Amino acid sequence: MNIVVVIKQTPDTETVIKIAPNNRQIVTSDIKWIINPYDEFAIEGALRLKEKHGGTVTVMSYGPQRVVDALRTALAMGADDAVLIDDPAMKNADFMRVTRSLAAATREKNPDIIFMGSRTVDYDQGQRGAILAEMLGLPHIALAVSLESDGSKVVVDRPIEGGRVTIEASLPAVVTFGGSHAVWNPRYASLPGIMKAKKKPLAIRKLQDLGLDPADFSPDQARIRITSIEMPPQRKAGKIIDGGLDTEGKARELTKLLREEARVI
Amino acid sequence: MSKSVCIITEFRNGDFRRVTNEVASEGRRIADALGVGLVALVLGAGVSGQAASLGKFGVEKAYVLDDPALEHYMADTFVPIAAEMISRIAPVAVLLPASVDGRDLGARLGARLHVTLLQDVIEVRVDDNKKVKAKWPLFAGKCFAWCEWAEGVPPLLSIRPNVMQCLVADENRLAEVEKIDLPVPPSRTRVVKYDLDTSGKVELTEAEVIVSGGRGMKEAANYTIIEELAGVLGAAVGASRAAVDAGWRPHSDQVGQTGKVVNPNLYVAVGISGAIQHLAGMGYSKYIVAVNKDSDAPIFSKADYGIVEDLFKFIPAFTEEVRKLKSSC
Ligand SMILES: Cc1cc2nc3c(=O)[nH]c(=O)nc-3n(C[C@H](O)[C@H](O)[C@H](O)COP(=O)(O)OP(=O)(O)OC[C@H]3O[C@@H](n4cnc5c(N)ncnc54)[C@H](O)[C@@H]3O)c2cc1C
Ligand SMILES: Nc1ncnc2c1ncn2[C@@H]1O[C@H](COP(=O)(O)O)[C@@H](O)[C@H]1O
Repeated sequence: MNIVVVIKQTPDTETVIKIAPNNRQIVTSDIKWIINPYDEFAIEGALRLKEKHGGTVTVMSYGPQRVVDALRTALAMGADDAVLIDDPAMKNADFMRVTRSLAAATREKNPDIIFMGSRTVDYDQGQRGAILAEMLGLPHIALAVSLESDGSKVVVDRPIEGGRVTIEASLPAVVTFGGSHAVWNPRYASLPGIMKAKKKPLAIRKLQDLGLDPADFSPDQARIRITSIEMPPQRKAGKIIDGGLDTEGKARELTKLLREEARVI
Repeated sequence: MSKSVCIITEFRNGDFRRVTNEVASEGRRIADALGVGLVALVLGAGVSGQAASLGKFGVEKAYVLDDPALEHYMADTFVPIAAEMISRIAPVAVLLPASVDGRDLGARLGARLHVTLLQDVIEVRVDDNKKVKAKWPLFAGKCFAWCEWAEGVPPLLSIRPNVMQCLVADENRLAEVEKIDLPVPPSRTRVVKYDLDTSGKVELTEAEVIVSGGRGMKEAANYTIIEELAGVLGAAVGASRAAVDAGWRPHSDQVGQTGKVVNPNLYVAVGISGAIQHLAGMGYSKYIVAVNKDSDAPIFSKADYGIVEDLFKFIPAFTEEVRKLKSSC
């Protein structure tokens, strides 16, 4: 099977977020970058599928040169080749446009199935999988926590509010990965894997290579823009309930505060 | 109908899901600020009997397509109908729930209609120039961003459940109902199995109260004390990643940056240290209680009420106190 995995490089989840002086971006200078965790799950899912059915796994991303590290990591995990879309003309392009470039690059690979993360842990929009599917005219199943495919269709379990659903889609299709580390347990890159990854193909593509017009990607074409970023309100210092009380006394005091002060029980 | 805000409803098991009331209420507030009407797009199986009742939250008109083929949301069936109706209605803004299905529908509509969806909105403002601005949490709530749409692009936004205030329902008001005359297209996806939890368990993302247990719980069996507390509080049960990775709790219980982002009125963190990835997912809770035997645990810096105790002693005592309180009123 021909599998494309679309991944993003995101700040490490440990990152303490600081807002840039322009109030519209976050400070990216001291950040450690990782593969978006959900996209790691997608890579793991792709490698398992390849182990079963053979074929190729292409990893693909949009972003600056630092993203090469993320792609090399995916190659070291076992992917076969990588594509990075990096074009200065896309600076500040909104996510709809970024997804359009990913759709164009995906189309070129003519995949049987496309894997993505259900959401990124940075901008948290959780919508590019559905957008990409729409742009490619394909079915999409979100939040996969299991996946089976015989090469003509895909069957996925996924959560829904208060339950679980099994959905089947014809191929080609887009599947976005949900669950958590406990579900997908993504593999680490092995040392031989890291050595091999250095020799695997990694193509850098520009908009024109993908048959797209850079003029469509200028920031003034954006339909949506961030006007400001703010920190959450500081939580007021809480209180430790002690007062020399014993366990039962503290339990009584907490219950009272929750009822009379917070009014939440 | 002249200019209007349009909401898209979500229906399950014979009724609108609660988030629909929240979306309708927020839609009404935006419509009032813009001085326009409020309409609803109601797609589903068995929806016609309920559609008029949306009037209680200020919906003036409901466009309804009631068809057995619309029992479950499928992009292939819902998106073409919703897209066609939105093109016809030409609303000034579209709101839908940021639920599992609503997120997919919204994203597809955004792409198909060449507008752009903003997902997971927690606050909307209409400024003096009648421009709609919306806020959503980044990094699972480590910070927030405001955004606006370009001139001439109608805002399309999905609303996070459990955040927007519902209006006081006016049961006497009914929405006018109009049937949608469109066929339901075939779908390339189908539901093989649909398992709703019927035990009355509260969904984490929609829960008012959550009790979460972490590594401090020591083993799976010990969660009975968490479940007992949750039972008397009417709460949902959550967990840290450590507890999920250990196999004590299902992944669907994980709260945090790679789990669920929750916004209850009360979050009780039991035996959880308060790692940044966990705080990201629950920091938006109205009140936080932390129970931890280590007084230096970072969770205490976020907690409104902290209890430095052994959880195995404290939680049963607390459960007993809440039980007494609940039985006395
Ligand atoms: C990519 C990535 C994503 C992640 N995503 C998430 C996520 O979504 N959610 C999440 O939760 N974590 C996430 N983590 C993990 C996170 O970094 C922490 O490891 C995790 O939250 C720790 O869980 P914990 O607080 O239960 O365990 P610990 O940090 O081990 O804390 C256990 C606490 O229990 C207390 N305790 C022990 N015994 C008792 C007792 N008898 N009575 C009272 N207190 C007791 C201890 O004092 C301690 O503070 C992620 C990590 C990474 C790298
Ligand atoms: N810059 C990007 N390059 C490649 N894939 C991306 C990019 N941004 C998002 N994605 C993919 O889209 C998924 C959902 O992202 P989002 O809708 O932005 O939360 C991610 O998990 C990735 O698979």
